[in-house]
Amino acid sequence: MSQVITRQRSTDGKPKLRRFHQARWDEPIIFELSREGQRGILVPQVEDEIRNEVGDVLATLPETMRRKQPPKLPELSQPQVLRHYVRLSQETLGTDLNIDVGQGTCTMKYSPKVNDQLARMLEMTELHPLQDEETVQGILEVMYRFEQILKEISGLDRFSLQPGAGSAAIYTNASIIRAYHESRGEAGQRDEIITTIFSHPSNAACAKTAGFKIIALYPDEDGYPDLEALKAAVSERTAGLLITNPEDTGLFNPKIEEFVSVVHEAGGLCAYDQANANGILGITRAREAGFDLCHFNLHKTFSSPHGCGGPAVGAVGVTQELARFLPVPVIEFDGSKYHLNYDRPESIGKIGPFYGVAPVVLRAYAWVMSLGAEGLREVAEIAVLNNNYLLKKMLEIPGVSAPYAKGKRRIEQVRYSWEGLTKETGVHSEEIGLRAADFGVHYWTSHHPFIVPEPCTVEPTESYSKDELDEYAAILAHVAEEARTNPELVKTAPHNSTIHTIDHTPLDDPSQWAMTWRAYLRKVRKEAR
Amino acid sequence: MIEKRLGLIVNPIAGIGGRVGLKGSDGAEIQKKALELGAVPQSPTRAIQALERIKSMKGVLEIITYPGEMGEDAARACGFEPTVIGSIKQGETTPEDTRIAAQEMVGLKVDLLLFAGGDGTARDIYSAIGEGIPVLGIPAGVKIHSAVFATNPISAGDLAMLYLRGRVSSLREAEVMDIDEEAFRQDIVSAKLYGYLKIPFRRRLVQSLKVASSPGEKASSEAIACDIVDRVGDECLYIIGPGTTTRAITSKLGLNKTLVGVDVVFQGKLVATDVNESQLLRLLEGRKVKIIVTPIGGQGCIFGRGNQQISPEVIKRVGKDNIIVVSTPEKINSLGGRPLWVDTGDRAVDRMLSGYMRVVTGYNEQVICKVSC
Repeated sequence: MSQVITRQRSTDGKPKLRRFHQARWDEPIIFELSREGQRGILVPQVEDEIRNEVGDVLATLPETMRRKQPPKLPELSQPQVLRHYVRLSQETLGTDLNIDVGQGTCTMKYSPKVNDQLARMLEMTELHPLQDEETVQGILEVMYRFEQILKEISGLDRFSLQPGAGSAAIYTNASIIRAYHESRGEAGQRDEIITTIFSHPSNAACAKTAGFKIIALYPDEDGYPDLEALKAAVSERTAGLLITNPEDTGLFNPKIEEFVSVVHEAGGLCAYDQANANGILGITRAREAGFDLCHFNLHKTFSSPHGCGGPAVGAVGVTQELARFLPVPVIEFDGSKYHLNYDRPESIGKIGPFYGVAPVVLRAYAWVMSLGAEGLREVAEIAVLNNNYLLKKMLEIPGVSAPYAKGKRRIEQVRYSWEGLTKETGVHSEEIGLRAADFGVHYWTSHHPFIVPEPCTVEPTESYSKDELDEYAAILAHVAEEARTNPELVKTAPHNSTIHTIDHTPLDDPSQWAMTWRAYLRKVRKEAR
Repeated sequence: MIEKRLGLIVNPIAGIGGRVGLKGSDGAEIQKKALELGAVPQSPTRAIQALERIKSMKGVLEIITYPGEMGEDAARACGFEPTVIGSIKQGETTPEDTRIAAQEMVGLKVDLLLFAGGDGTARDIYSAIGEGIPVLGIPAGVKIHSAVFATNPISAGDLAMLYLRGRVSSLREAEVMDIDEEAFRQDIVSAKLYGYLKIPFRRRLVQSLKVASSPGEKASSEAIACDIVDRVGDECLYIIGPGTTTRAITSKLGLNKTLVGVDVVFQGKLVATDVNESQLLRLLEGRKVKIIVTPIGGQGCIFGRGNQQISPEVIKRVGKDNIIVVSTPEKINSLGGRPLWVDTGDRAVDRMLSGYMRVVTGYNEQVICKVSC
């Protein structure tokens, strides 16, 4: 076996796949590296003169606010911390490292570094959120102007840049929907939010967090949201529709206007999840489809680094009728000065601290300004073109299919299925992904539970060249071929990559999952707190 | 160094009736008839296909099995040196052999019992050992309605290996179902739920099992139970169909539901268990009634399989609006887009139930499903 792997590592030049080998450090968790007494910085003792002058600095702190025990932070020296994080960085397949088209739905596009440089300028980093408005006119202007840009892109009338994530934006939209029904005395009755099973899963999750009951629609035979099911779902209890379009399948819902009007007729509002608007920028707008609300993820479509790569903004847009419910503050311009307006009695309130995440807005603003209106449309066109080129390449791989809407083109991404290959070889989609990691590329299946069998979601965005898309397709074609000729090699992957396979079960089990070190000690190691 | 022990039972006559159109292989008469019609046993080859996937564990795995055609042959064909126990009459094995073999393997503390057979074999094993040890079925029978089987022998082998290697640690309860073969031959399908066996689970693999399920599914059942319990009122009588999802509801209410029967709950108490149609009709007289059912075993059937006690007459009296369908999302997804369906035996009732229905899939979570008949 090991001989085979060694041989496969070079790939024998057939096809010409790069030879990749990732660092493997078996790096422990930072808490496990902790040794009592190790320090990164030794803070110098206060000089006597100062001590005598100031006295006990803690004396002003009320007794009840003082910790009895010091926090259980890991104790390490500076170089240990440095090595730890550099090692971890070598054990990832980040978006600056790989052809990151395999993280479908996440729009892993290139974020121009110049925008990062802008966000790192002292003028930005040294701003304090409690500064007087007079002294932060620059960033307020950027935020105000960016709101005007989003209004144009969506056709809606007013935006809030407050929510600090896509999910926070959906939560905001759900809260606005409730405030609207409250204002009409119907909030108690209208407690159901409708969404579709291939919409962004946050629509269901966040609306539920906001207190709604969730009704999800399955697709019809062609994979489009089922209009008849929607008609069966709406009632006097319908608060609203939260829907993604195109859905995770990459299919654009051609009946979207009918969806909106069915919900409007039932008295509900419609929110357009445009977290990923990469394939429709400058082409379709929420306004024309009749939506009342929408949101954009600046950290996806608008190029700011995404997910664990950086902080986020979920920009929320609404029609004039709903503007009074937007979170505070909104940014106003009186012709000479910009200011933050908190005086909005019908607002749903505060949704994020201070202004929101200002550097992300700055990056997104810079990105749009560098492209212009035509450039935004070109982004969408290239993203769609790239996706459909890759769709063709992928479907040439025996064992791959694109379920639903056979023969139809997709928008910005496709949820493929390896079911054919699995039936033939016993190799599963996740295993294909682990083997793909041996060639230095990231790969993702789908949200759970899987609806498309043996799924794989690919979204090329506008950032990758034809050569790069060819390379990605060649890697998957090669792995599929290996699944036929040497399934054991694929099933035992990764071989050249960092991490062995893990048992996913604890991730699904509340009694086992551990999001923090303390939870890990309690649940897994069964140690007392 | 032996690290794990695998019990192996091959029901050599499982599936023998299939290709010759006999709709099953239960009973000595049918088996004889099948052989006369030129039937070739399917299970030995299928067992070998599964064991091929475990070959890499040869040095660390002890296979404990019955002689000859009941497992020894298949194990040897894959290069294993099995520990052979028990004795059989070659060519004339019986369900009793399967039952005794299963009990002996429990006694020998095998880590997993892998068997090749069909629904009948699963029933035999269930009746012998209940939920005693983890079990996994290699599908080899004519009838595969039970959820204890992998989709194909390769998946069975893969899942068994992952479990034995400790890469999969979770177990779940899977339905043991069977239909009455005599009736089936008359084209009357009458499925019954016999109980549950514990099978290993891995999300990725179980996706391709007949009934998708997961530890996530356990949490889903729990969430569904919370949702239903929140709306259970004292004024209504609740008819509760069989299934693990519905059982989670009664457990949440602190009630001990029968595993495979239809039970009745009123004002927080179990007022009748394992009822039949006439008892139900008597109980619902003059009361507000709701029916709570779950699709069984990944086929998507809500009425007419495994819960025939809730007859067309009962359904008519209760009314469509008072039917609460509950299902984990995993179970709905395992239908691969096929609709839920009903087959109550009364076309008018079937038509009344068809169209779109709400299905409770979690706490404050529902989906709209198509129901066909």
